[in-house]
Amino acid sequence: MPEIRVTPLGAGQDVGRSCILVSIGGKNVMLDCGMHMGFNDDRRFPDFSYITRNGRLTDFLDCVIISHFHLDHCGALPYFSEMVGYDGPIYMTHPTQAICPILLEDYRKIAVDKKGEANFFTSQMIKDCMKKVVAVHLHQTVQVDDELEIKAYYAGHVLGAAMFQIKVGSESVVYTGDYNMTPDRHLGAAWIDKCRPNLLITESTYATTIRDSKRCRERDFLKKVHETVERGGKVLIPVFALGRAQELCILLETFWERVNLKAPIYFSTGLTEKANHYYKLFITWTNQKIRKTFVQRNMFEFKHIKAFDRAFADNPGPMVVFATPGMLHAGQSLQIFRKWAGNEKNMVIMPGYCVQGTVGHKILSGQRKLEMEGRQVLEVKMQVEYMSFSAHADAKGIMQLVGQAEPESVLLVHGEAKKMEFLKQKIEQEFRVNCYMPANGETVTLPTSPSIPVGISLGLLKREMAQGLLPSAKKPRLLHGTLIMKDSSFQLVSSEQALKELGLAEHQLRFTCRVHLHDSRKEQETAARVYSHLKSILKDHCVQHLPDGSVTVESILIQAAAHSEDPGTKVLLVSWTYQDEELGSYLTSLLKKGLPQAPS
Amino acid sequence: MMALPYITEHTGFTGTVYATEPTVQIGRLLMEELVNFIERVPKAQSASLWKNKDIQRLLPSPLKDAVEVSTWRRCYTMQEVNSALSKIQLVGYSQKIELFGAVQVTPLSSGYALGSSNWIIQSHYEKVSYVSGSSLLTTHPQPMDQASLKNSDVLVLTGLTQIPTANPDGMVGEFCSNLALTVRNGGNVLVPCYPSGVIYDLLECLYQYIDSAGLSNIPFYFISPVANSSLEFSQIFAEWLCHNKQTKVYLPEPPFPHAELIQTNKLRHYPSIHGDFSNDFRQPCVVFTGHPSLRFGDVVHFMELWGKSSLNTVIFTEPDFSYLEALAPYQPLAMKCIYCPIDTRLNFIQVSKLLKEVQPLHVVCPEQYTQPPPAQSHRMDLMIDCQPPAMSYRRAEVLALPFKRLFEKIEIMPELADSLVPMEIKPGISLATVSAVLHTKDNKHVLQPPPRPAPPTSGKKRKRASEDIPDCKVLKPLLSGSIPVEQFVQTLEKHGFSDVKVEDTAKGHIVLLQEAETLIQIEEDSTHIICDNDEMLRVRLRDLVLKFLQKF
Repeated sequence: MPEIRVTPLGAGQDVGRSCILVSIGGKNVMLDCGMHMGFNDDRRFPDFSYITRNGRLTDFLDCVIISHFHLDHCGALPYFSEMVGYDGPIYMTHPTQAICPILLEDYRKIAVDKKGEANFFTSQMIKDCMKKVVAVHLHQTVQVDDELEIKAYYAGHVLGAAMFQIKVGSESVVYTGDYNMTPDRHLGAAWIDKCRPNLLITESTYATTIRDSKRCRERDFLKKVHETVERGGKVLIPVFALGRAQELCILLETFWERVNLKAPIYFSTGLTEKANHYYKLFITWTNQKIRKTFVQRNMFEFKHIKAFDRAFADNPGPMVVFATPGMLHAGQSLQIFRKWAGNEKNMVIMPGYCVQGTVGHKILSGQRKLEMEGRQVLEVKMQVEYMSFSAHADAKGIMQLVGQAEPESVLLVHGEAKKMEFLKQKIEQEFRVNCYMPANGETVTLPTSPSIPVGISLGLLKREMAQGLLPSAKKPRLLHGTLIMKDSSFQLVSSEQALKELGLAEHQLRFTCRVHLHDSRKEQETAARVYSHLKSILKDHCVQHLPDGSVTVESILIQAAAHSEDPGTKVLLVSWTYQDEELGSYLTSLLKKGLPQAPS
Repeated sequence: MMALPYITEHTGFTGTVYATEPTVQIGRLLMEELVNFIERVPKAQSASLWKNKDIQRLLPSPLKDAVEVSTWRRCYTMQEVNSALSKIQLVGYSQKIELFGAVQVTPLSSGYALGSSNWIIQSHYEKVSYVSGSSLLTTHPQPMDQASLKNSDVLVLTGLTQIPTANPDGMVGEFCSNLALTVRNGGNVLVPCYPSGVIYDLLECLYQYIDSAGLSNIPFYFISPVANSSLEFSQIFAEWLCHNKQTKVYLPEPPFPHAELIQTNKLRHYPSIHGDFSNDFRQPCVVFTGHPSLRFGDVVHFMELWGKSSLNTVIFTEPDFSYLEALAPYQPLAMKCIYCPIDTRLNFIQVSKLLKEVQPLHVVCPEQYTQPPPAQSHRMDLMIDCQPPAMSYRRAEVLALPFKRLFEKIEIMPELADSLVPMEIKPGISLATVSAVLHTKDNKHVLQPPPRPAPPTSGKKRKRASEDIPDCKVLKPLLSGSIPVEQFVQTLEKHGFSDVKVEDTAKGHIVLLQEAETLIQIEEDSTHIICDNDEMLRVRLRDLVLKFLQKF
């Protein structure tokens, strides 16, 4: 029995190091190759030894697909391809291909230069790894090999994020990556057609949350920033360089312009300027409004937002700083946080999800005394605010996507077990499909029953279809044909054609039965009586009285002849071929019963 | 694409139009420019009576010689353009678009312009490629996708280069050197052009050429109502560009160097000659503007302004219009005229290379490609040469493509497939008879297992029904093979027929069962059982005969 097998190596009942193995139609595909922000040891990368203990990954995997550039979806890629060893194709969209190496390099720098880790991937490895990347367009059908094809759909989430459909024959799986079902200030909403996959693998970060309207959240956010700035406080917004940062920048930029605020807004340097540039060049991936107006005014050219310098953090007076990374687990945002944490006038706004183990997660869960490196304890007096600006679909959005794609079953990843459980029930109730939520290393096996595609001769098909259109053929008709299996080609043809094609002659099997009737009238009259008798009984059949005196029922021939000895008896010769066996046999027994007395 | 509004707005067309995103965006710009140019010179009245054939005959040339005047139309409005564009559905290269389940349509990169496409129309067994306006040269767009055109049954080939004798690279060189020469002598250069396309390549060449030719102080003006949009749009279609340009975007840098030309103020763009341009205008200079026909648009002003001086030069790069005809109304001209048409589309050498590579079964092309151009009738190399010879078509001609559809795809449900019993007829060839219910939905055909006969329910009613007229729709298989008489007779005897008698006939044999008054005629490919009305006997004989035959 064919089946689809799915094994998460990461992101199974967890958020972080997304990595899901899918076997479909004899093909093995790896979806995403991420790192875990909450760990600094072996656990930060997926366990690739699961795939194959001692063989080359290239031999086992047909392709790798990266959904978007966030490190928890692509962070382990150079490790996987260069250190573990994989030479096959890696698919991602153009923006992802552009941005991914920069984030990887950034990540490498923090890990190696700042934390001094040895045995980490090098810059060269990132470059080599990116050489294996094949960029895909949205909706382009990419033929990985003769059987395996993939197709990308717009996912919203971040610039270049995509959902992927993986298809082998008539079996298919859709992997959503991270997606967003509501358009925001800079990106559009995810969209997929009714592709009816066998399985939909969806993220479930906000499995239980249903968010209020975006407008309210935005107003809240602006109000909080405004209040803090008014009372002279500093606002820290930890963000990832790409994504929310741009959305919030657009938001603050327009607000500053409208309210005419003077407090400076800074953006941590390096990455971000570049990042804005990417948005400008890949403007086709942003939302409708930005795309329409970009010629007049490019939304990613900010007037009020300036580059940040480390020295600015100690400047007096109010300011707003966007700093990376977004979960306060390292880098500039953490540095600034440590500087400002002690002052209750200040505020930190976490605009996105924080993985367990990060400082961001700790302060959000209410912890106010943090143990830092070197046993220092940092007391957090500043206000901590959480605002879900994360571009993940909420429960409503996930349900909406499931409804759009109409999958046969659903599999949840990239979420917390408890929340998944809730969503699983909801999906099973509402859509009456199976829903799975495997943990890391756990395999889900789905039996599938793919139909078998064969070629049908057009003659046969047209004949059948024409008959199917007749009003009389309301009940399902039986199509009869012969399937020729030659090498690997399958052709369904009419039986006559099959014989011809194989060079075989048809063998005609014919039966002729003599039925004796007592009838003293002439043969012609007997035939006429037979005709009217049959006509009255066989209403569904074509009964004809031919000029030569014989009667036909469909292709069965009935002739009346005089008996050689007994003039009071007529002999009916009923002749039919094997193909009319039932009807012929029925007719003989019918005629044997005799004819009804003529109403004369 | 420029005629799209005529189809979508005036013919009652209700379908969908498919196009790539750059095609739509840039097409919109081209139409916008055209509409803008035309609307600048409104005409209070339009004459149409002259289109009457009897009157047209009497008119002076060239009106007299114009063909199909009755099909001439007024230019569309921006409103019609927008309405036409709203009917377009965006598609990407290699995207498979299902049309009614019957055929699949796929755009492929044609390498000629941003987002320009060739198209594949295919069913499961047939493939037609439409190749139009393709280029094998490396300019700014993504290279032409040739591999996907392979295995075509029919390849429709059109949109070849208009000047098969000119080499685009040479023309670009000539363009640059003439431009430099004129400017150095204190003259102005006018380049009539479209606002998108070759201009990107020209600007890129000039970008590399300016400094070495000492032109860095000469201002370049690009005047078009859509100049700004065109330059901006060219920068955002990274995915549709050639590899080199894509790599630049990854850095991230703008893919085209005209961004830098604009930044350094060497290239300036204006929506028209009015407004800012008149303040900034400095001579000598280079002006890019439309329309290349020299009949309307800002180019007309520059022709009037510069035509009197022999210092100035007009350089024609667009191949769409004959430069001599374009210039005719401006004669006499003192201005120099240089003709360096740049047409990167396929020439005949490239066509034959392409056809060798792609190997379509048949080639279909417009009639004029099957013979040398009338002006150069001795140039036998300026025509399409392929085997079998290309089929040609003319305007408004319907052509039947030379293939016959034999097969269609159908899916067999797994339950049905399980129930099939294949038997091997010849080595490597197996057969299975299929009886199934055909379901057709959206032109997709599925075979489902036949419904199981309802279980016989006890009761009189059911019994009555079973005696009913048999449903002849249950088809019996066809038979094949032949019956060896001796073995058949032996079998008969084994089954208790003692009085078997065999007679030879011209074509075969007759087996007589004397007691039962039954006669079996056996020939090479037919068997005829003639018996009295003894159903039992007949069925027995039938089954014995069937043992020797194969069913289909």
